[in-house]
This record gives sequence, C-alpha cells and structure tokens, in this order.
Amino acid sequence: MKYMDEYRDGKIARSIAAAIAAAADPARLYHFMEFCGGHTHAISRYGLEDLLPGNVRMVHGPGCPVCVLPIGRIDMAIRLAQRPEVTLCTYGDLMRVPGSHGASLLRAKAAGADIRMVYSTLDAIAIAQAEPERQVVFFAIGFETTTPPTALAVKLACARRLTNFTVFCNHVLTPPAIRGILEHPDLDGVEGPKLDGFIGPAHVSAVIGSDAFAEFARDFEKPVVVAGFEPLDVMQAILMLIRQVNDGRHAVENQYIRAVSPQGNRIAQAEVAEVFELRESFEWRGFGAVPASGLRLREAYAGFDAERRFAMPEISAADNPACECGAILRGIKRPTDCKLFGTLCTPETPMGSCMVSSEGACAAHWTYGRFRDHARRAVA
Amino acid sequence: MSDRTRRRKLDIKNGRVDLSHGAGGRAMAHLIGEIFHEAFDNDLLRRGNDQAAFDVVGGRMVMTTDGYVVSPLFFPGGDIGSLAVHGTINDVAMAGARPLYLSAGFIIEEGFPLADLKRIADSMGAASRDAGVPIVTGDTKVVERGKADGVFITTTGVGVVPAELVLSSEQARPGDKVLLSGFIGDHGVAVMSQRRNLAFETSIVSDSAALHELVAAMVAAAPQALRVMRDPTRGGLAATLNELAQQSAVGFRLDEDAVPIRPEVAAACELLGLDPLYVANEGKLIAIVASEAADTVLAAMRAHPLGRDAAIIGEVIADDHHFVQMTTSFGGGRIVDWLSGEQLPRIC
Amino acid sequence: MIELLPDQMARVSLDGVIKVVSVALVAPITVGDYVIVHVGFALTRIDPEEAQRTLALLAEMGQIATEAAP
Repeated sequence: MKYMDEYRDGKIARSIAAAIAAAADPARLYHFMEFCGGHTHAISRYGLEDLLPGNVRMVHGPGCPVCVLPIGRIDMAIRLAQRPEVTLCTYGDLMRVPGSHGASLLRAKAAGADIRMVYSTLDAIAIAQAEPERQVVFFAIGFETTTPPTALAVKLACARRLTNFTVFCNHVLTPPAIRGILEHPDLDGVEGPKLDGFIGPAHVSAVIGSDAFAEFARDFEKPVVVAGFEPLDVMQAILMLIRQVNDGRHAVENQYIRAVSPQGNRIAQAEVAEVFELRESFEWRGFGAVPASGLRLREAYAGFDAERRFAMPEISAADNPACECGAILRGIKRPTDCKLFGTLCTPETPMGSCMVSSEGACAAHWTYGRFRDHARRAVA
Repeated sequence: MSDRTRRRKLDIKNGRVDLSHGAGGRAMAHLIGEIFHEAFDNDLLRRGNDQAAFDVVGGRMVMTTDGYVVSPLFFPGGDIGSLAVHGTINDVAMAGARPLYLSAGFIIEEGFPLADLKRIADSMGAASRDAGVPIVTGDTKVVERGKADGVFITTTGVGVVPAELVLSSEQARPGDKVLLSGFIGDHGVAVMSQRRNLAFETSIVSDSAALHELVAAMVAAAPQALRVMRDPTRGGLAATLNELAQQSAVGFRLDEDAVPIRPEVAAACELLGLDPLYVANEGKLIAIVASEAADTVLAAMRAHPLGRDAAIIGEVIADDHHFVQMTTSFGGGRIVDWLSGEQLPRIC
Repeated sequence: MIELLPDQMARVSLDGVIKVVSVALVAPITVGDYVIVHVGFALTRIDPEEAQRTLALLAEMGQIATEAAP
C-alpha cells in the first residue's frame, strides 16, 4: 500500500530506535502525550513502546471522541432511538458504549430500536432519501476530522429539502482539550505526569493546520510535533520532540508534511464554519464542563438539529464511581491503575468508554499490550 | 405411465418456493426430486429413503454438524451451498479423517426463487462430486415469509480416521511449530464486498475449498508429528489460536512477517478498519506440528495446490496466561487477543 | 484517485480495492493523486514531494544512528 508500507519499515524502525536511544539523555525522564486516538492505537498495535528506551514514556491523551462522550449523551441517543418513528444512524464504535444502567445502543437494537451502523454521513442521507417515512437521525461525534463530513451532510439535506434528516451533534474541538490538560494537570488531588511535549494529531491537523498548536507551544512552553499515523511517523516525531526538549526549544514542528500544512484545509474549515457554531460549554468525560469546546448547528440550520426537533431533555449521568476513564483520558492514570480493568471491565463487558473504542487507552492496552503487565509483575 | 412422468416440471425460471413445498406432499416430493436429487445424485440417495445405510469402515468414526447462514447467499468464489459442503468436509478432515458422507437439511423461506435454490443445489452437487464426498440424505422444510432469510442449511458429515491417528485440541506443546496453509482473509473480504452498506469493489474471491486431500498428504508425510489441526473460520486466525491456547494451556509466539496475506486483502482490511487476523477463512487450516517434522509437513503442504503458499508462522510456548503473542513486522510486540463482540455478522 | 464521478464523488483505489468517496472537501484533484480518506470523505491530498522528503529523512535518521552507535 503506497504511502503506508514505506512508513512501516521494520529495518528503519530499528535504526530510528537507536537514534532515539542515543538522543535521549539518560539522566532524565521524558513524558510525551499523544493526543490522538489513532496514535494510541498505532503505538499499541505495532508495539512501539518496546522500541523506546526506558526513560521515554508515552502518556495516552483524550483524543478519542467516543471516549470523551459523557454517559448522558449516550442515554439521550438511546432515548431518541427508542422513539418508534426514529432511525438512528451511528458509527460502529458507539454501538457498545455503556450508557446508564447497563444500557447501550447495541442492547437497544436487540430490544427492537431501529439503529443502523453507517460508515459515512452520506449513508445516513441515503437512508433518509430511501425511507421518507422514517425520521433519520445521525449521531454525530468526533473531533475536527469528522465534523466537515457532518457539515456536508447537513448542507446536502438542506439542498435536497429533506424533512426527515437531523443530526444529534456531539462534535468537539481539540485545542480546548489540550488547553484543559495543560491548565489542570491534576485531578482530585492526584498529580498528573509532568508532560514534556505533545505528539499532535494527524488528521485533525490536516484539517485545522499545524499553526493551531502554536499557542500551546508559546503559552505553556511545550514542544508540539504533528505526526502522521504510521509507526515510523510516530517514531520520527518522538525523536524530534526529544531533540527539542534537549535543546530547550518549544516550537510547533510538522512531521506529517505530506498531508499537513500550517493553515490546514480551508475548504473543510469553511464548511464547518458555515454550518456550526460554538456552544458556550460542553461536558467532556473526565473534564467536566469545558468552555467553548463543543459545536452545535447554527440557527440557519436549526431545522436539522435533532436536539431542537425532538425537544431532547439534557441528561446528565454520573460515571461508575470506580471507573477511572476520566483520569485515564487525561493521562493521570494508566489503564492498569483502574480497579475495574480486566476484572469487571473488559471489551466483552465494558464499564467505560475507554474500553469500548478501538482508540481508547484501555482497549488498546487490553487488546495489544496487557501481556507486558504480567512480565512486569514477574520481574518485580 | 407413472404419475411422475406426466406432471408438469417445476417452473425453475420464475417459480418460487411456497408452503406446499414443505408440507410433505407431492409438491415437496417434486421439489426434492427435481432440485436436490438431480443435483446430488448418488446410489444411496436414489433409494429414496429417509435415511442412508452404509457399512462401517474400520477405524474410528468422526462426525460433525454445522449450520450455514451466510449473507449474502452468493458471493465471489462461492455460495451458501458450496460453503456448506466445504465447511463440513473440513471439520471432518481436521481430525485427520477421511470424509465419507454428508447430509444436508434445508430451511427455506416462503417466496424463495426456485432458480436460486437450483443454483445452490447444483453448486453443492458440484462441490460434493469434486471432493468425492456424496450427500446421501437430507431434509427440507419451508417456513413463512420473514422467518428465514432466504435459506439456511444445516449439515452433518461423517468420516473415518485410523485408530492410531489422534489429533486433538489439548495436544499442542511448547516447542511445536504453527503451520498455516495459505493466505488469510480472502473469504471474509469477498463476502463483505457484497454487502451493500460497505460499498467497496474488489477482485478478491472466497477461498472456500475442501481440504481433506491436503490433510491426507500431511498425514502421509508425518503422521506421528501432527498434534492438532483446525480451520480458522469465524473469528479468523486469532479465534482459532486463542481457542487452542486455552485448550492446550499454552501460549503462542507468532511472526507477523511470516503470515501470508494478499496485498488486496490487506488493503481492504485497512479501508474497513479490520485486522486480517480476525477475518474468516473457508479454505485454510492451521496445523500444530512437532518441530522436528515441521519442514517435512510444510513441504508436503506446498506440494499440494491448496497449500502452495503454506508457511510456518510461529511456535508454541509455555505461558500460564495463554496469550497469543506476536512480533510485529515493526519489531515490537503485541498480543492477538480474542475478538470482542461481532465484527461481521453472518459471515459463514 | 482513479476516477472522478458526478456530485463531487470519486473512485479511489488502495492496492486494487476500490471505494467510492466524496471529494467535496479537497481542492480539485486529478487522476493519479493520492488522498487521505476518513469516514467516506477525502480529507486532504498527499503531497508526493513531501512524502519523498519524509522517507529520505527517515532513512537518513536511521543511517546516522547506525554510524553513531558505539
């Protein structure tokens, strides 16, 4: 696969691993947070941590849109799907996310709700056109990568005068989340890791541009290196971060030059700006209410807003008290720090969203990396 | 002149199965005769009994049963019928047994086109003849519209294995090698490509095939060295190896670079966000072999058309946690865990 | 991208596997261009020169490491 296989070359990986080991100062620790769920997944799936020296540690961040969705919003979606006239269209990952009282979209579907998995917002539009008697609602989640596709779907619905298509909007923004982590590194008295830098998200940056991270490098004096998804991209970015830290620099660097520009995708940004506006505040799992971090449809497109059409009451639900998703999402705890991990909470019986989403830290660790826990225990 | 020759033939082209075809009367007899008996034709079937009687061959008897609910019914490289024949033969063959006979039960939905039923039956007949394993008895039921998605097929297969050949799931031992007979993921991708909501085009065809002759070649090459064989169907290679790890109380260490996968299958999985290790296969087998005989068995596999791309993909290790570990092509480590939830429903 | 289709759609190929995606979010592209696809939409074009530069840099990084290793 062109533009993929070349960035997965094991031989080059070992060389870069040697370069990282040579560059890392043995007298100190380096903690880098990869913000993007796709990076969390790549790091686990390729076993990248095995190639890093012991003093370079990756901290998994909240860049997983399924993971940061509060339980209350899942409950709202389930309620909506239970209305007999509604066909709820959703991306696959959301099907098994636990809502309150053990409910989930998958369970609601088994009980008869019309819930359909789609791969694209255009699939939802097609369903709306094919089944005019159904009220088709698209369960929209995601950071800045999935938002433009939702914007286009809304515009398409508008152009085609569809009266049976709405969006339940849960789109969120990356920069406010990064700011949240940097401004409040601790949680409930537990100290967060001292982060030395960030690996900037790949496709989010393709949309918003690498310049979007300049404020963090400047205000918090932390280097940010935007990296591609492939494992060699991630390794190169780690090397670039180590060099910045050693040199005492804190700039935004772009490793993913083949896809990311400083200003990003202007067309996509314009589509989003036309259809969406900022909510004053939006709740994030693990962060509570974050100001200016979520989107809703503009007044001009209010007719396509499910929350308005169905007068959906806001549901606020608490996490399971033992669930550590909040702390894990902020890198303050690791999956293995959660008492539920591997016992009550497994991919078959997830308690929190970090275990459900393929990009979640807990799911990644369970699926690819948990064999290391036993080795560590054996050595200890 | 008998009643049989005077009646009108079934309207295969435009006709549909209706409830009378399942009622046990003349309509059902005609359906069975014109479609199933004609496609499967063999001595035992011709006797027209509700059962088939045959002499017991020496050795140990092997028996298996399977249900086929694949959707869609027709896919590149096969259909529910050929799949049923191959799958059942393979389950018998995985014991090292020679498959002898098959049975096939059909649950057909009212309204199912006769043309499709004939197509499936003919495909089963051809698969059974090619494999040399006749379908000797069966059953037909028709249910109301909406109660069965087109047609469901259940099968039984019987075979015989020499008493001294014992292949079983608890026999894998640390040091044994893991052999895979060829490319993974072909079947799952082929079936998925027909699912309308996924909307992708590919030239990949299902690998659906009867493996009993490949197995016979492997048994002939090194009968004492074979520990267990299994075909990685639903859940793919990952499911099979995790099952075996539990059943033999061992672990595995695989080499990702050694696992054969076609570039197009890898690409399709990449596009769909799937891991090929979890994608179904219908013409592949995994064999756990004593290490000293691994190369001999591999050579025997490669000499057979269905094992041309066979490879040694890893080994059995001692592991109390029964993990299936893998060294990635990148050099790092990961586990290949059980699949959580249903990745792809109705894949076989 | 192997074929442009009406309504801002296009056929893209990954090693022979073909998918129809929307190209409404990218500036006009030509047959032969590579794009990054996410949830059925092309998000951006991959710049081949920059891709080459990255690969060259990766290879170079690897080289320096092996030379510097004790």
